[in-house]
Amino acid sequence: MNAEELQEIVERELARQETRRHRVAVCTAAGCLSLGSDRVKAALVRGVEEAQLADEVEVFGTGCLGLCEAGALVQVDSRQADGHVCRCLYEKVTEARAVELVRQHLAGGAPLPSGQLPLDDPFFARQHRVVLQGSGVRDPERLESCLAAGAYQSLQKALTELTPTDVIAEITASGLRGRGGGGYPTGLKWSTVHKASGPKKVVICNADEGDPGAFMDRSVLEGDPHRVLEGMAIAGYAVGAEQGFVYVRGEYPLAIDRLKVALKQAERLQLLGNRIFETGFNFRIDLRIGAGAFVCGEETALIASVEGRRGTPRPRPPYPAVSGLWGLPTLINNVETFANVAEVIRGGGAAFAAVGTERSKGTKVFALAGKIARTGLVEVPMGTTLREIVFDIGGGIPDGKAFKAAQTGGPSGGCIPAQHLDLPVDYESLVQVGSFMGSGGLIVMDETSCMVDVAAFFMEFCRDESCGKCVPCRAGTVQMHSLLQKLTHFEGSEADVAQLEELAELLKATSLCGLGQGAPNPVLSTLRYFRDEYLAHVREKRCPAGVCKGSAPAASAGAPAAEVSP
Amino acid sequence: MTVKTLTLDGKPVSAREDETILDLCREHKVPLPTLCHLEGLGAVGACRLCLVEVKGSPRLHPACTLRAEEGMEITTGSDRLKRYRRQIVELLFAERNHVCAICVVNGRCELQDVAYAVGLDHVRYQYRHPPTELDASHPRFMLDQGRCVLCTRCVRVCDELEGAHTWDVAGRGAASRVITDLNQPWGKSESCTSCGKCVQVCPTGALFEKIQPAGGTVKRRDFLTYLKTAREKKQWIR
Repeated sequence: MNAEELQEIVERELARQETRRHRVAVCTAAGCLSLGSDRVKAALVRGVEEAQLADEVEVFGTGCLGLCEAGALVQVDSRQADGHVCRCLYEKVTEARAVELVRQHLAGGAPLPSGQLPLDDPFFARQHRVVLQGSGVRDPERLESCLAAGAYQSLQKALTELTPTDVIAEITASGLRGRGGGGYPTGLKWSTVHKASGPKKVVICNADEGDPGAFMDRSVLEGDPHRVLEGMAIAGYAVGAEQGFVYVRGEYPLAIDRLKVALKQAERLQLLGNRIFETGFNFRIDLRIGAGAFVCGEETALIASVEGRRGTPRPRPPYPAVSGLWGLPTLINNVETFANVAEVIRGGGAAFAAVGTERSKGTKVFALAGKIARTGLVEVPMGTTLREIVFDIGGGIPDGKAFKAAQTGGPSGGCIPAQHLDLPVDYESLVQVGSFMGSGGLIVMDETSCMVDVAAFFMEFCRDESCGKCVPCRAGTVQMHSLLQKLTHFEGSEADVAQLEELAELLKATSLCGLGQGAPNPVLSTLRYFRDEYLAHVREKRCPAGVCKGSAPAASAGAPAAEVSP
Repeated sequence: MTVKTLTLDGKPVSAREDETILDLCREHKVPLPTLCHLEGLGAVGACRLCLVEVKGSPRLHPACTLRAEEGMEITTGSDRLKRYRRQIVELLFAERNHVCAICVVNGRCELQDVAYAVGLDHVRYQYRHPPTELDASHPRFMLDQGRCVLCTRCVRVCDELEGAHTWDVAGRGAASRVITDLNQPWGKSESCTSCGKCVQVCPTGALFEKIQPAGGTVKRRDFLTYLKTAREKKQWIR
C-alpha cells in the first residue's frame, strides 16, 4: 500500500458514504451490547432491507457513544437536501423501536418525536473528543470506514515525512503524559528507548485495565482498535522497534475479537507488516491475552507474563526502557496513550498542547460510575473541574441525594470530598488532595455510601490481587483488610485505627510495586477527609451512612462494585 | 572495569560496577538483615528487609538488587528503616504458623535470627494461623507450608543451580504456596532429583530432612557459592 492506494480507498469509501441518505451508527461497545444492541442492529438491517432502502441507508456498528446507562444507543446522521447533515441520537432503543425507527425516520424522513437525547446537553456539548473521536464515525470491524475517517494517515505522515527523532520531538512538544495513571512524560520515555542500545527493541501496549469501575481502555479497543495499532506503529518507528505486543486482559473477549479482526485487516493492506507504506519500516503486532491478574498491569509483571512466566513485578531499575521483554529495550504505554499519538502527529505537538493545563496536556477519558445521573464514558480536557464532570456532564446525584465523594484512580487512588469539587482535574492536583489520576475510573458516592466500607472494599480487592511476592503487600493487605472489617463490624478500637495508619505507611513505603504502594491510598484518603466516620464506627458503634450493620458478613454489603456500570 | 565511589552510612567506600549495595554492606560489616537473598542465587528483592535510603530518591531500594553508582549516598539504619524492618518481620510471624519451640530448626533459623536482629519481642498484628499442609510424600524430605515465608530460595536454587525447576509458586497473595511440579505431591514429582539443595537453602523449617528431630536440623548454605564458582568459573575452591 502506498499513499495513492490509500487515497483511492478513502475516496471510494467516502463516495459510497455520500450516496447514503442516512448513516445509522449502532453502539456495539460492551455496555450497549449487554442491553441488546446487536439485536437492535440486526433489526435495523432487516428493516432496511425489507423497506428496500439498502442503497440509501447504511447501518453499522461503532464504538462507545458515551451515555452507557441510556443504551442501546443509535445515532442517525441524515443528509439533507442542501448537503447539511442532521444528527439524531436515540436512547434505549429496542428491537421494536428499531422497526419504528426504520419506518418513520429512515423511510419516512421524519425523526421520531420521542426517545431522542438532546445533543446540546452538557454531557455531549462539554466533551472534547480526541481518543474517542472515532466513536459514531468509524466501524471498528471495517477498515475502509476507519481509513475514510483518517486512520493510518498519521502513520503515513510519520513514515514518509518525519524522521524518528522528529516524531519524538512532536510527542515531547505535545506534553502527552502516560494515561495509565503515572503520568510519566511520553516523549521522554520514547526518547529513552530510542537511545537505548540493542539490536532489537519492542513496543508493548498495556491493555490490562483492571481498576474496579474503569472501562476506558476497553471502550477504545472495542470502538477503535486501529487508532491504538496506529499509535503503536508510530511508536515502533520512533524508537526503532519492529515488533509490538498488545497485552490485553482475557476478561475483554470483545476487545480481543475486534483487535484480531483489526490486525488481520491492517496486515492484509500492509498497514502493518513489512515495508509499510513502501518505506523500509517493518512492524508486526501480536496479541498476548492475560489470564486475569490485576498486578499484570504493572509493567515488569506484564513483561514477565508476556514472556510466559508468572506475572510478578521485579525491582526497578533496570527499567524496561533499558532492559525489558527478554532483556530488550522495551517501550510500554497504555492504550489511551497510544490512542493519542495519531492526533499528535496529525495536528502537531503544539496544537495538541493547546488543550489542557500547564503540566497536563490534552484530554482524559473518564468512566463515570456509581451514584451519578449519567453513567458512561466522557472525554474532557485536562483541568476540567470535578464539579463540571460530576454535576454538569454527569448530571449530578440522582434522587436528590447529596454528593459525598468521588473516588478516582481505582484501588491506588483516593476519595475526593465535596470541598475539593472545584479542583481542576490533572495529574498534580489529584495527587495534592491525596488521590491519583489512575487510568480514569471515577466512582461517585453519595450520602448513602460509608467511607469505611468503601476503604474495606478496595482493600479487599488489593488483598485478593496481591501477587504474593513481597511481604508488606502480601501480608500487610491481609492485616489492613481485617482491621477495616473489625471497624465495619463495630468491633474496632482507636488502637486499630492507629495500627491501620501505621500499616498504611509501611505498605506505601516498602512494597515492591505500585499495587502494594498504592493499596493504602483509599484508606489514607478516607481517613484524611472522613475520620469522623471512622471514629463513629469505633466510639459510637454506629455507621453514619447506615451501611455497616455490625453483624453483616465481610465487607460485601454496599460495595461500590455492584453499582459500577456496565 | 570502572570503580565507583560512594558513601555508605556516611563512610566513603569503593565498589566495582557489578557490586550491589548489599555486597558492600557485607564487605564493610554493616549489619543488614535479609531473608530472600542468598549468595549464589539471583536476587529478587522480595522480602524488603534490606531496604535502604538513597539520597535524592523518594523511594526505598532493596540493597540486594541496587547497583552501586558513583556518588550515591546510602543510609542503611535510619529510625524509619528500623521501624519498617520490625513491622515486616512481625507481618511474617503473623502470616503463618511460626511456633519456634516445636520447630526442627529452632535455634538455627534465619527468620528467628532476623527477628532477634530487629529486636522483635512480641507481635502486635493478629496471628492468621491459616490451615496449612504438610507434604511428607518424599522419601527423604518434608515440606511444612506453615513455616514457609515464600522467599522462593527453593524455587531459584532448583531452577538456577540444579536446573530441574521442580519448585514454583502457585496462587497469589496470602494464598501463595510453593509447589512441586504442577502441584503434585513432592514424592510423586518426576522432575525432582532429590538433590536436597532446596532443603539446604531454605531459611526456616519449611523444608527439612525427615530423620532430624526437633531443633536438630542443620542447614548448609555455603555450598551454593562453591557450586556456582565451580560451575561458572571451573574453580573448585572452598
